[in-house]
Amino acid sequence: MLRRIVIVGASLAGLRAAETLRDRGFDGVLTLIGEESHRPYDRPPLSKQVLQGTWEPEQTFFHKKDGYDALALDMRLGVRATSVDVRARRVTLAGGTFADYDRLIIATGARVRTLPGTASRAGLLVLRGLDDAIALRQELMHARRVAIVGAGFIGLEVAASCRARGLHVTVIESLPVPLSPILGRTLSEMIAAMHRDHSVDLRTGVAVTDVFGESRVTGISLSDGSRIHADVVVVGIGVTPNIEWLEGSGLTLDNGIVCNGYGEAAPHVYAAGDVARVANRWHGDSPRIEHWTNAVEQAVHAAENALAGPAAGTSFSSVPYFWSDQFDRKIQFIGRARPHDEMVIVDGSLADRRLTALYRRGDRVVACLTVNQPRALIKYRKLLAGGAAWEAAISGTAVS
Amino acid sequence: MKVVVDLNVCDLHGLCVETAPEVFEMGDDGALRVLNATPPEDLRGKVDKAVRECPTGAISIEE
Repeated sequence: MLRRIVIVGASLAGLRAAETLRDRGFDGVLTLIGEESHRPYDRPPLSKQVLQGTWEPEQTFFHKKDGYDALALDMRLGVRATSVDVRARRVTLAGGTFADYDRLIIATGARVRTLPGTASRAGLLVLRGLDDAIALRQELMHARRVAIVGAGFIGLEVAASCRARGLHVTVIESLPVPLSPILGRTLSEMIAAMHRDHSVDLRTGVAVTDVFGESRVTGISLSDGSRIHADVVVVGIGVTPNIEWLEGSGLTLDNGIVCNGYGEAAPHVYAAGDVARVANRWHGDSPRIEHWTNAVEQAVHAAENALAGPAAGTSFSSVPYFWSDQFDRKIQFIGRARPHDEMVIVDGSLADRRLTALYRRGDRVVACLTVNQPRALIKYRKLLAGGAAWEAAISGTAVS
Repeated sequence: MKVVVDLNVCDLHGLCVETAPEVFEMGDDGALRVLNATPPEDLRGKVDKAVRECPTGAISIEE
């Protein structure tokens, strides 16, 4: 008999796990613990609508305050979990209080990396949480020149949002072609060209060597000897999973919480979202995935398995999906490509920056990217989930 | 249950079409279509999942 379920982490995965537990009829005590004082909010709009000023920060909240009444949560916000005792089934919280559980779902996510050896100062910012977005938006209101360190999806979305605000934008990336390990060279070059066409000063193959300014940032220097003046510097160089609080718990920690295909990290303990490495049948391994959809799928899966118990659980299989909105383009990607996979554009063109591309490894199609062609994605998502052969995927485009 | 999609909010991620193809479809015009706005109760699990998975929160269930 399950009476108490504790979820640690009150972002997307934690909230979706809670909702799913109630959807599926769990009527016991459901505790949701979040380190931030905000009630759960959605991250994708932070780098777009919130930075551009088209949304107020409150519009990112998943539910209004009274929207939580029906979920009947024991919601504890602004509280950090400090350890887990998996034998006693007890989570210890900052301040010395406890939350005991019959099932535990861990969704503590990840935190941003900062530039090593760089002291914090005004105008040097990151973007991960709602407070970060509010602070960055405030800074952008008074800025003229912005330097963005890291041309990953967050960095490039921030660049596009800053251009929409009319700011002068420089982006610094250590890779010769941004995103190329994920999208392959050709399509990554297309995205880089799009940014340059929108007057983003994109500097590739260079690293930041110094950040200038005493109390407030004034600029940065690069490994090629150049110097860039900036009123605001945004660092977007990836994230680190929040697992330190679990050291000594007996859970297997290795760039995330290692879980089996049932989403279990230990008996009665599940993990989901950015912090989790759940064995995924589609992948054939246990990747740590930082995508929005992955957080939802793993949260729903963990919640269902937590209720079903080990004997009745299902194993996880999912084709990864992410999207990115930059300027007037929606980039959507399903599957997983490697740098040497062959890429074929099956519809549209690089010149139009409106296209559908498939990635091939051996005789399989392993990934699909679309730019402003959402309808194609639905077809290929289905094919990828079924482990489609390359020939079938290609011929499928011929008949549609 | 009654399924409602706010097309002003729908961003065409298409996850609902995969999760609950009995209820959602991408039309030839490129817009999302609700095939069956009052699906039978045995589809509730799928529709719940589609609601949870929608990146823009465009789907809702009115009892």
